[in-house]
Amino acid sequence: MTKLSYAKALNRALADELTRDEAVCVFGEDLGAGLSGLTPGLRDRFGAERVVDTPLSEQAFSSLALGAALAGMRPVVEFQIPSLLFLVFEQIANQAHKISLMTGGQITAPVTFVVPGSGSREGWAGQHSDHPYSLFAHVGVKTLLPATPADAYGLLVSAIRDPDPVVLFAPAGAMGVREDVTTELAPVPIGSARVHRAGTDVTVVAAGHLVYEALAVAEELAPEVSVEVFDPRTLYPFDFAALNDSVGRTGRLVVVDDSNRMCGLAAEVIASVVELGMPLRAAPRRVTRPDGAVLPFAIGLDRAVQPGREQLRTAVLATMARH
Amino acid sequence: MTQPSPAALYRSMRLIRSFEEQALALVRSGEIVGGTHPYIGQEAVAVGVCAALDPGDQLTSTHRGHGHVLAKGAEPRRMLAELTGRETGLNRGRGGSMHAADLALGILGANGMVGAGAPIAAGAAWAALRQGSGRVVASFFGDGALNQGVLLETLNLAGLWQLPVLFVCENNGYATTLSVQAGVAGSALGRAAAFGIPAEQVDGMDAVAVHAAAARAVSRARAGGGPSFLECRTYRFEGHHTMERRVRVRYRSAEEIDSWRSRDPLESGAALLAPGEHVAIDQEITELMAEAVEFALAGPHPDPARALAYLYADGLLPRPGHPVEVAR
Ligand SMILES: Cc1ncc(C[n+]2csc(CCOP(=O)(O)OP(=O)(O)O)c2C)c(N)n1
Repeated sequence: MTKLSYAKALNRALADELTRDEAVCVFGEDLGAGLSGLTPGLRDRFGAERVVDTPLSEQAFSSLALGAALAGMRPVVEFQIPSLLFLVFEQIANQAHKISLMTGGQITAPVTFVVPGSGSREGWAGQHSDHPYSLFAHVGVKTLLPATPADAYGLLVSAIRDPDPVVLFAPAGAMGVREDVTTELAPVPIGSARVHRAGTDVTVVAAGHLVYEALAVAEELAPEVSVEVFDPRTLYPFDFAALNDSVGRTGRLVVVDDSNRMCGLAAEVIASVVELGMPLRAAPRRVTRPDGAVLPFAIGLDRAVQPGREQLRTAVLATMARH
Repeated sequence: MTQPSPAALYRSMRLIRSFEEQALALVRSGEIVGGTHPYIGQEAVAVGVCAALDPGDQLTSTHRGHGHVLAKGAEPRRMLAELTGRETGLNRGRGGSMHAADLALGILGANGMVGAGAPIAAGAAWAALRQGSGRVVASFFGDGALNQGVLLETLNLAGLWQLPVLFVCENNGYATTLSVQAGVAGSALGRAAAFGIPAEQVDGMDAVAVHAAAARAVSRARAGGGPSFLECRTYRFEGHHTMERRVRVRYRSAEEIDSWRSRDPLESGAALLAPGEHVAIDQEITELMAEAVEFALAGPHPDPARALAYLYADGLLPRPGHPVEVAR
């Protein structure tokens, strides 16, 4: 049994895939130095030709990776900060994502974009605290948000092997998590949800680091409320079948989502459940960042804007109060 | 334009150095959350360029922006209050280290995205031209920004439209851990030359030399001569970010750091003063910083209920992220 950290799990997934498939390569800033924790040791092992330190040219190297993919490579692109995705939206959403359909299926684009440290890192202010997964799910790019080290490993491996562009968000709030890994690490299918804790009263949908908040709330409320913690793991495609099963059992729904409320993931999940005609015993609730939030610098303000345990507990109790 | 005295240049560099040392101490003590990008070693660039600007001129700054903001005249105590997240800070605690701004002083904001300030500076310069204001805008950025497409697009527009903007590349040899040799094809000056922009390299450890070059560029811009590009060869003595100590990455040799430290701009600045003249300035800055720390730490923390105040100019407050709380 070994304690595996989330960052180390991503590192191992990269190492394993670099070993397994000669076509895999990695592009990004300060990879050799391993600054964001994903790539330590990889350049020494696999060479600077496959683990490529790039200049600060995100737009160029994002589409360069696409070009390399079209020529038979399987590139992984690492971004240092989540807000860079706004910079490369053209390259991911408008180029990589569309090329297969626009060429009538002649082309596939197996590029993986990895964003370590997504979301608030406390004290990094407006331009370094975004968690823009909802935007990619909206566009329809395969969007992954693993919560645990084993899922981080398994989903990154699947992303690299996937024939389409995939964005994997590694939340800052989960990067330090460690897990006892008892079974062998294995690929996790894209589009498959996971229930971390079974329950009968209310389904809490939580992804990424918020899974831990949801588990804590479930534990805390356990004497009175039986909370099921449902982790989609993949935000697009979303495992609505599994969610349907869960809500079918519990009849109540709360979604906690670290993106902005307006047009965010929580809105989509609730709308879909309502649309499916699930008989809900209480109005569904969501706990998110506020509408259009920009994370302010001061730590008290930063925390005030993020969804947290307190608000989740209140929301769960609110669904229980309404029979 | 009046020639700044060596004492004025030294004082400004001393202020930045002391401010940065104080900031490092506050990062260590946990008063500054999130850390900072220290400017120590590069003071001569900010001071030399800003001394060539008039009070009505403007600038855009970077993630490593404390020096630019202070050299343009920001109050150290309000800057420090910003870094400690207080309501009394320049940005009311909403911006922090990477977004410090003081519009009244022409500081259009530090920027957390590499290269992103250049087109903003060019836009302000374009407006200055339209308005016939005679204003000049300086844009600071690092060698890393030379590889951002938006910077090259900006050079083109500025050259094409002869905008009164001064591009100041602080070439400190590294973009985080990537050396400039490994990051930049051709040269910084070559980038500017390709767009017909007069470009000059200057010793960025020498405030007098930086000032002279910047003054030439500013005069030319004010006289309608369009943009200029300065490559200031400099060095940061500290890590890229205060977090670097914890990660312990090695990409610069001790010899290299020592050789640049031996050219400390503060020491060469002091050497231009009358013997002992710097002592009084040092003393003044020490007192100023002590007062700034006191002011910063005494400032009130902003009210979490108003976390998203200022998001909209019309005061619109967004709905909170959960329905339990009554909308504010
Ligand atoms: C567009 C963009 N890419 C990457 C980053 C992460 N990052 C912040 S500062 C920095 C290095 C910048 O180097 P340089 O422009 O030379 O300025 P210096 O830090 O040397 O002052 C990087 C990679 C960022 N903030 N913005």
